[in-house]
Amino acid sequence: MTPALAELSGHFASILGPAAVITDPVRLRTYECDGLTYHRATPAIVVLPETAEQVAAVVRACDETGTPFVARGSGTGLSGGALPRTDGVLIVTSRMRRILSIDIDNRRAVVEPGVTNLAITEAARPYGYYYAPDPSSQQVCSIGGNVAENSGGAHCLKYGFTVNHVLAIELVTPDGEIVELDAMDPGYDLLGVFIGSEGTLGIATKITVRLSRAPEVVTTLLAAFTDVESGGQAVSAIIGAGIVPAAIEMMDALAIEAAEAAVRCDYPPGAGAVLIVELDGPGAEVAHQFAQVDRICRESGAFELRVADDPAERAAIWKGRRSAFAAVGRISPAYLVQDGVVPRTALPRVLAGIEELSARYGIRVANVFHAGDGNLHPLVLFDDGEEGAGERAELVSSEILDLCISHGGSITGEHGVGVDKSRYMPKMFTSEDLDTMQLVRCAFDPKGLSNPGKIFPTPRLCGEAPGVRKGVHPLVASGEAELF
Amino acid sequence: MSAGDALAAGGVTIREAGPDDEVAGIVPRWVALPESTDEVAAVMRVAAEHDLAVVPVGGGTKLHWGPAPERCDLLVDTRCLNQVLEHVAGDLVVRVQAGVTGEALAEALAGAGQQLALDIPVEGATIGGTLAAATAGPRRLRYGTARDLLIGITVVLADGTIARSGGKVVKNVAGYDLGKLFTGSQGTLGVIAEATFRLHPLPASRAWITATVPDLRDLPAIAAIAGSQLEPSALEIDWPGVHGPATVAALVEGVAAEERAKAAGELMGPSALIAPDPPVWWGRLPGEEFLLELRVPPGAAVRALAAIARAAEEAGDVPVQVRGAVASAVLHLALPPDTTASAAEIFVTALRSRVAQDGGRLVVWTAPSEAASRLDRWGPAGAATLMRRVKERFDPEGRMSPGRLIGGPPPAASHGA
Repeated sequence: MTPALAELSGHFASILGPAAVITDPVRLRTYECDGLTYHRATPAIVVLPETAEQVAAVVRACDETGTPFVARGSGTGLSGGALPRTDGVLIVTSRMRRILSIDIDNRRAVVEPGVTNLAITEAARPYGYYYAPDPSSQQVCSIGGNVAENSGGAHCLKYGFTVNHVLAIELVTPDGEIVELDAMDPGYDLLGVFIGSEGTLGIATKITVRLSRAPEVVTTLLAAFTDVESGGQAVSAIIGAGIVPAAIEMMDALAIEAAEAAVRCDYPPGAGAVLIVELDGPGAEVAHQFAQVDRICRESGAFELRVADDPAERAAIWKGRRSAFAAVGRISPAYLVQDGVVPRTALPRVLAGIEELSARYGIRVANVFHAGDGNLHPLVLFDDGEEGAGERAELVSSEILDLCISHGGSITGEHGVGVDKSRYMPKMFTSEDLDTMQLVRCAFDPKGLSNPGKIFPTPRLCGEAPGVRKGVHPLVASGEAELF
Repeated sequence: MSAGDALAAGGVTIREAGPDDEVAGIVPRWVALPESTDEVAAVMRVAAEHDLAVVPVGGGTKLHWGPAPERCDLLVDTRCLNQVLEHVAGDLVVRVQAGVTGEALAEALAGAGQQLALDIPVEGATIGGTLAAATAGPRRLRYGTARDLLIGITVVLADGTIARSGGKVVKNVAGYDLGKLFTGSQGTLGVIAEATFRLHPLPASRAWITATVPDLRDLPAIAAIAGSQLEPSALEIDWPGVHGPATVAALVEGVAAEERAKAAGELMGPSALIAPDPPVWWGRLPGEEFLLELRVPPGAAVRALAAIARAAEEAGDVPVQVRGAVASAVLHLALPPDTTASAAEIFVTALRSRVAQDGGRLVVWTAPSEAASRLDRWGPAGAATLMRRVKERFDPEGRMSPGRLIGGPPPAASHGA
């Protein structure tokens, strides 16, 4: 550790107490990656603050010393958004996990950033309410991380994302000020801008979320098809009928095989694709929609239909889907999880394209996807013991994103850009688009210290005029500044 | 070349401005009528070269909202940007130019049984203006507001840069969401040129349940209705005078709307009536010339109504009309245009202080000129400094609708402090 960082860690110990500052190399390694484990970097210092004031004091010290910092919640992110800096500070919010209020009168909860997503729902459940966004990792992922990533989940088709359910945020800006953003405030919607900014605009220290009324009736239907095409046809017909289900999920044969091997989800044998459709809302409406969905699935060629009306039956249907990512470990030594989005009507073409890629590179791809909103999670399977397989898997994964972009989609629907996909940003956006986003970054973080290196591929320094890039920036060349 | 000649030489339709083009009392010199995003950019580049202050305008329905611009040389009128560019019914997505009106869009979508689930409170308003002013209406309770339905945006910045964020898929977290930033930006960051929205199916049926009560104390239980399993799409109040009766109306939509309407009627009390059409005031602002917007947390809505009555009384019984989303707790207030500036000041100050304990906010959108010069338009906002920094980055020369929104340069008095 450099003398400057050693001095900084001493300063942190005086603010937070020595137990909340980690510099021991062995303990630091716990934090070297998030859920995207193939990017690793050991942070110079880890701090575990308990209050917003402590976060602000840490950030101020980083600001004064020009030290980069990265915020981390539970570390479940899948794009390396919480990848630390070897020359920087990792600010971990896991000790900020108080639920400050469950306010049913105002249909909201106020929580600290380290509170898990599911803990909010559990606290609200006795009153008949819940927190709607439900990423698959909801048992462990933190609400602070959800805010950073604008997390979705299976039910965002009907209910929207984190940004649609957060009403106010207290944040520490990259220069160490504590600021409140409130949806009721006049002026720019900085709340909407902050959510999904992947930790590059500051650190949320208190979050007010909307609580939603638990629906009167939830009905879950599992339909088995011989192939993905007929499942996809059913999805189109459901949407075309004017139904907005809470969720529509699809798994292909390989994903089903993996789930069977891992959790014995007992899906209908011989299924080339299963579709999970969840309907919720007022009883009469759900009953009517269920009849329509049931008919559509049969007409689209479903050979078996199962219906769940109670939580246990529902859990049985969801079991295979929820375990799908981890399950592929049972059928493949290694795999990459991809997250791309295409317009729903382009799904058949994109799935055919993925099949073609799979055949061309000799790499198996299992498909699990949020069919209702065109969010694909192809699982690219490979044997890391086989020479060149990892590289080919990378190519397949990367070309899947090209397919998504060429069909008018996005390089990420919910996992974020992080470090993993910053190089794809110029494929989706022009340099003018990226420069304009950078204006926001410079307004919040002119020194570029908050989670540098994420989202954007080598942006300009704040204050540098746009124009043709002319090699290395003079400040970088002279060692006075660093491009994040 | 003079600014006027340079504008005329650019190939974009330009006309001299007249008194009808005034923006809150300020008459610009020219009006540009671009027909494409590239033409907007061309006009903006000329404006940048000649240091022209620019105000974007759509239908012109809310041009008088907010403080007068500090200066205004050029209106960029989007009325010729009136094409629905792409509507893929199977994707429930539409991409439009900013100058398309709400009515034209509704008509274009209805054929496919779809809608942009956003109530536009003023007739003739364009999509661009609706976004810039972030207006919404009753169905915000179910569908959210413009920022929740917008999935992609194309804007032209003060220097003519064309920038895009989002895209045409609903689920997308790539990059910063400039659409959120521009929604409600009141023309101060750039010109909105195109927008892409997620759509919803038109509901199979709709029913409105209304109940009129003689006094606030007899209001139906707002929270119980909003939180009921009937899932109303909207719950509105119309209160034409604080000493008179109030009407509450709920909207239920969907396949079993009538059945739910009956149940809602029971919750709303003995005077409840069910109708297939909305009451005449539904989704309309209570007034135009002196318009305020009050926001409180939903549980404080009824307290806020009482606070309005008390503040009106304190201001010498100023007649105030109230209308808005009572379950979402976003209320519009209209004062008579002849309200004296001092009465208005007392009313605004008293109401702000009464709703402060609930964290309420009161914004003055429009006001007669004397009151306008005396009233604090925005009240306190926690992030004013950050907003100012954003404005400075996007519009360093202060040429985009300068002074029209909180987040402009600090008042002269605070310089050097």
